[in-house]
Amino acid sequence: MKILVCISHVPDTTSKINFTDNDTKFDTNGVQFVINPNDEFGLTRAMWFKEKQGATVDIINVGGPETEPTLRKALAIGADSAIRINTEALDGYQVAKELSAVAKEGNYDLIIAGRESIDYNGGMVPGMLANLIGASFVNTCISLEVDGETATAIREIDGGKETVSAKLPLVIGGQKGLVEESDLRIPNMRGIMMARKKPLEVKEPQGAEIETKAVSFEKPAPKGEVKLVSPDNLDELINLLHNEAKVI
Amino acid sequence: MSVLVFTESEEGKFKKTAYEVVSYARGIADMMNTTVTALTINADETTSLGAYGADKVVHIKNDKLAKFTANAYASALTQAAQKEGSKVIVLSSSANAKYLAPILAVDLNAGYASNVVALPESESPFTVKRTAFTNKAFNHTEIKTDVKVIGLSKNSFGLKEVQKDASEESFEPSLDDSHFNIEVQSVDKVKDKVTIADAEIVVSGGRGLKGPENWGMIEEMADILGAATACSKPVSDMGWRPHSEHVGQTGKPVASNLYIAIGISGAIQHLAGINASKTKVVINTDPEAPFFKAADYGIVGDAFEVVPKLNEKLKEFKASNS
Ligand SMILES: Cc1cc2nc3c(=O)[nH]c(=O)nc-3n(C[C@H](O)[C@H](O)[C@H](O)COP(=O)(O)OP(=O)(O)OC[C@H]3O[C@@H](n4cnc5c(N)ncnc54)[C@H](O)[C@@H]3O)c2cc1C
Ligand SMILES: Nc1ncnc2c1ncn2[C@@H]1O[C@H](COP(=O)(O)O)[C@@H](O)[C@H]1O
Repeated sequence: MKILVCISHVPDTTSKINFTDNDTKFDTNGVQFVINPNDEFGLTRAMWFKEKQGATVDIINVGGPETEPTLRKALAIGADSAIRINTEALDGYQVAKELSAVAKEGNYDLIIAGRESIDYNGGMVPGMLANLIGASFVNTCISLEVDGETATAIREIDGGKETVSAKLPLVIGGQKGLVEESDLRIPNMRGIMMARKKPLEVKEPQGAEIETKAVSFEKPAPKGEVKLVSPDNLDELINLLHNEAKVI
Repeated sequence: MSVLVFTESEEGKFKKTAYEVVSYARGIADMMNTTVTALTINADETTSLGAYGADKVVHIKNDKLAKFTANAYASALTQAAQKEGSKVIVLSSSANAKYLAPILAVDLNAGYASNVVALPESESPFTVKRTAFTNKAFNHTEIKTDVKVIGLSKNSFGLKEVQKDASEESFEPSLDDSHFNIEVQSVDKVKDKVTIADAEIVVSGGRGLKGPENWGMIEEMADILGAATACSKPVSDMGWRPHSEHVGQTGKPVASNLYIAIGISGAIQHLAGINASKTKVVINTDPEAPFFKAADYGIVGDAFEVVPKLNEKLKEFKASNS
């Protein structure tokens, strides 16, 4: 089985979010970048396919040279080779189009992406990619098994889950559940050494059109002080929720 | 030119978000001087959509669409958009809508903005405000394509009643086997329980509750308030509660009217996922817990004493207010 895992390079979840250049750019100062958490679950699931059923695992990112440490980390976790499409990722549609060229060329059986990236929160790349290459697509995927040409997946839906089957090639938008937190792998020394020697190919972009563009950013308005209510005066809390906040 | 809006129903009944997306579409149509067309699939009635501003309802009745399949639904919407000549298509942020939106966008060669929280700031360039960095910020996104797909964030726009008499028209999209390439084998859905996605109120418990055996009082509060239950990540990681209840940056997003956090410290990853909720209440023994900085109302106290008392008070309140 040939697997491609899409890796988006995002600020660590503890990052303070700030902007520069008149609020038009994300301020990367002091920010640590990591593999998007949804992609890390997917990458680990791909490792299991490799170990249990036999598979090659390529990883791919659309981004500048600054994303390479993130790709090396994914290689250290166990991916076989990496591809970086050398262009700034500005829009999910653009990213999906850039990915689709490589995805078609590589004839992958399975493409694992994340439900959403925690920076742009687009939730759009995997579905667009699937449509562009004519592959099956399962979103919010929390379990995945492949048997021959057929995949069985569980998808999270509002208030439950749904089991579906699909023919390969398949693209998923994955998340926790594919594997659990405790299954995630921290690269060890040997993995890190090996990762240095694994291929990381830089490809030039197709030059896909930018269809949507974040023109500026804004931080939420600062919140007022919390109103503290004494535990001995719970009627007051009910009164506030009913008459002031009007939520009960 | 009509603004097309997808109004979701379940077992024939419209979801509340259906009315919210119609209200929003009405707002855009007024800006653009055009009409609102709502697309429904297997809904029992269509007249209630007029009350929120739909001018026309395009109604599909098709047994093949009884179960949601993203490709088939996206294709039905694509065909309706083409028939209506729609330049703007509005969807909700339900799991199904988020599944089909990117497929639809590619079918229509449209730019797609998800998690949109307000009406467009301008029509040309077409710019919308959306959340980014998991609710830690917003961005203003310009959609440059001729056709635009908008995913509206839940609870961000609200319902606006404007009485219209919507005309109705039935529609048969042409669908083939390729639209059903994903076969739904089984659906496992909790019945008679409010889901986090639909809930107006969410009652959530953290590690401060000490163990799964103490969730009775959380469930009781949720029952009284007609709320959904949720939990912090460690609680689901330890198996005290199901994964489907994990909320936060790496779990489910919460955009309810009221979020009650009990025994939750308020770590940045937790807050990121629940910040879109309108009113937040925290109950925690530690006055230094970061949640107090994010909350609107707070009680410094022991959950095991406060919650049972609060439940009694809430019961009395509900009894005298219904
Ligand atoms: C990559 C990453 C992603 C993450 N994603 C998420 C996420 O999506 N969602 C999430 O929730 N977390 C997430 N986390 C974890 C997060 O950092 C916190 O560890 C977690 O939210 C803490 O959960 P908690 O508040 O239940 O537990 P704790 O931090 O242990 O807090 C328990 C609280 O209960 C209070 N307490 C104790 N006893 C009582 C009592 N009797 N009555 C009332 N209060 C009491 C304590 O004062 C304390 O504030 C993530 C972490 C990482 C690294
Ligand atoms: N620049 C990128 N390079 C590679 N994969 C990406 C990129 N951006 C997004 N993805 C993939 O698409 C998923 C969803 O991203 P998004 O649509 O931006 O929310 C991510 O979890 C990744 O798997």
